[in-house]
Amino acid sequence: MNKQRKNDLLALGACVLIYAIFEVLIQLEIIGPFWELNMVLICINIILASSLNMINGYTGQFSIGHAGFLAVGAYVGAIFTVKLGLPFPVAIIAGTIAAGFLGFLIGLPTLRLNGDYLAIATLGLGEIIRICILNIDYVGGASGFMGIPRLTSFTNIFWIMIVILFFIKNFKNSAHGRACLAIRENEIAADTMGIDTTKYKVMAFTLGAAFAGTAGVMFSHYFYIAHPASFTFMRSFDILTMVVLGGLGSMTGSITGAIVLTFISAYLAEFPEWRMIVYSLTMIVLMLRRPQGLFGSAELSAQMFKGLTKRIGGVKIGK
Amino acid sequence: MANENTAAANAAALQEANATAAKRLLDLKDVSIVFGGLRAVSNLNMHIDEGELVGLIGPNGAGKTTAFNMITGVYEPTEGQVHFDGQLVNGHKSYQVTQMGMARTFQNIRLFSELSVLDNVKIAFNMHVKYNLAEAVVRDKLYFSEEDYVAEKSMELLEIFHLEKHANDIAKNLPYGEQRRLEIARALATQPKLLLLDEPAAGMNPQETKELTNMIKWIRDQFKLSVLLIEHDMSLVMGVCERIYVLEYGFCIAEGKPEEIKHNKRVIEAYLGGEAS
Repeated sequence: MNKQRKNDLLALGACVLIYAIFEVLIQLEIIGPFWELNMVLICINIILASSLNMINGYTGQFSIGHAGFLAVGAYVGAIFTVKLGLPFPVAIIAGTIAAGFLGFLIGLPTLRLNGDYLAIATLGLGEIIRICILNIDYVGGASGFMGIPRLTSFTNIFWIMIVILFFIKNFKNSAHGRACLAIRENEIAADTMGIDTTKYKVMAFTLGAAFAGTAGVMFSHYFYIAHPASFTFMRSFDILTMVVLGGLGSMTGSITGAIVLTFISAYLAEFPEWRMIVYSLTMIVLMLRRPQGLFGSAELSAQMFKGLTKRIGGVKIGK
Repeated sequence: MANENTAAANAAALQEANATAAKRLLDLKDVSIVFGGLRAVSNLNMHIDEGELVGLIGPNGAGKTTAFNMITGVYEPTEGQVHFDGQLVNGHKSYQVTQMGMARTFQNIRLFSELSVLDNVKIAFNMHVKYNLAEAVVRDKLYFSEEDYVAEKSMELLEIFHLEKHANDIAKNLPYGEQRRLEIARALATQPKLLLLDEPAAGMNPQETKELTNMIKWIRDQFKLSVLLIEHDMSLVMGVCERIYVLEYGFCIAEGKPEEIKHNKRVIEAYLGGEAS
């Protein structure tokens, strides 16, 4: 018990350190506006990837409609600040709840499907959300929701990300998280162990959607605009790519995936046509050399480093 | 009038006598299931008392696993009723049936194969865990005390089944016999009143089967539960069961003690082959 608390405090200390370093670098203008923008984008992508990982990685439900929930958060948040003139924290909470509620409504019927069918259903739902927004003039329709104030800063997005990551970590290491893992591993056996599989699937889906909503609010309040074109299914695939790159079911994997892919996009921003090629090549190499993703379903930890040093040079144990 | 009264009184007395003798745990009344035109199980009457060790045998395709699935809520019977511990099972989902106090293993092992052995058992404790989602996320006192309790109990179970040294191994890497043992350990972690074993000796050698025979008896006494067993291995069934039901083509053709079943003509014809006597 004490050991877990100690580890949590240690992790929190590390977060403070990371934050301090980057904040100082930003203040000293060593990190310029372009990279600061990418730092914010990394934080947003980490939230998106690790929340999608809750659905796809932990619970094993293949959802590819995450951009839809991102959009709901972005627009609802913007309505609250711009149209209703409410403070930013209220908008964040509203965007989170709205996306979570929508996730709950959509999850109830669709999570009865499995595998490819669920993927197609969620893909369709993501598009439905986008098309709906496209046709609502109240939020700007096809020209997008403009005039959103920049209220997101590196400080607030970083700490919101940390809170969400701790939430997901603690969720995974609880009976509720284990129930989700059990569903991924074997749904019939999970059912026989007294686990209400529908309840936990909907729970994971709702939480994942809610966090995507949080990311959406932060997103629209950084880029001054919420535009339907930012929330196409390509965006959903981007997020999915991050999760798969890091390893389905690994939170540290999702974080790494989000960081790596955001960096690749940032470096290749000047050569947009190269971006997709590098992206695709990364995925092809990954699928050929390491189909389970960088970390598989394991978490990056001190023990993993110990294991790695042991394995180097020796016999590699794996599939 | 007088006759009717005495008849009613007799019936009541009989029921009382039954109740005091042993509590009826599982009761199947005229249970049938129809898949399209196929009547997989017909008018099955069956009961298990508290603490009993009952076997269910029959040739391949006789409907044993179907009967199992109806008892555990995977299928709903087309006709008839299944009562467990005074509650009606019909119409309940299988997780609810497990929560009533029934646990099962599978003919083809269904472990959480990519998770650790310890986690496999911990998951089975889930329905007894008291903290809710918010408490899990903020990690209050209840979370830690419950987690400690679950971890401790799970390790105890693993020790009973001699799996403690594999606690952190991935379940799919265990040898076959140990996977079977883990499945039983996991079923017991739900703290059932009735344990249903679907061909626990499948794929085991004679030595392992013998160990299993002793283990089943021991589990029954140690955990004070009833056991229903589907099995092909005659030495196991005859050695361990106190009462046996025999199914053939969905019909129950015999019921009785192992000795009676061994000498029952119909059973010998149907199951052991015509010349077995």
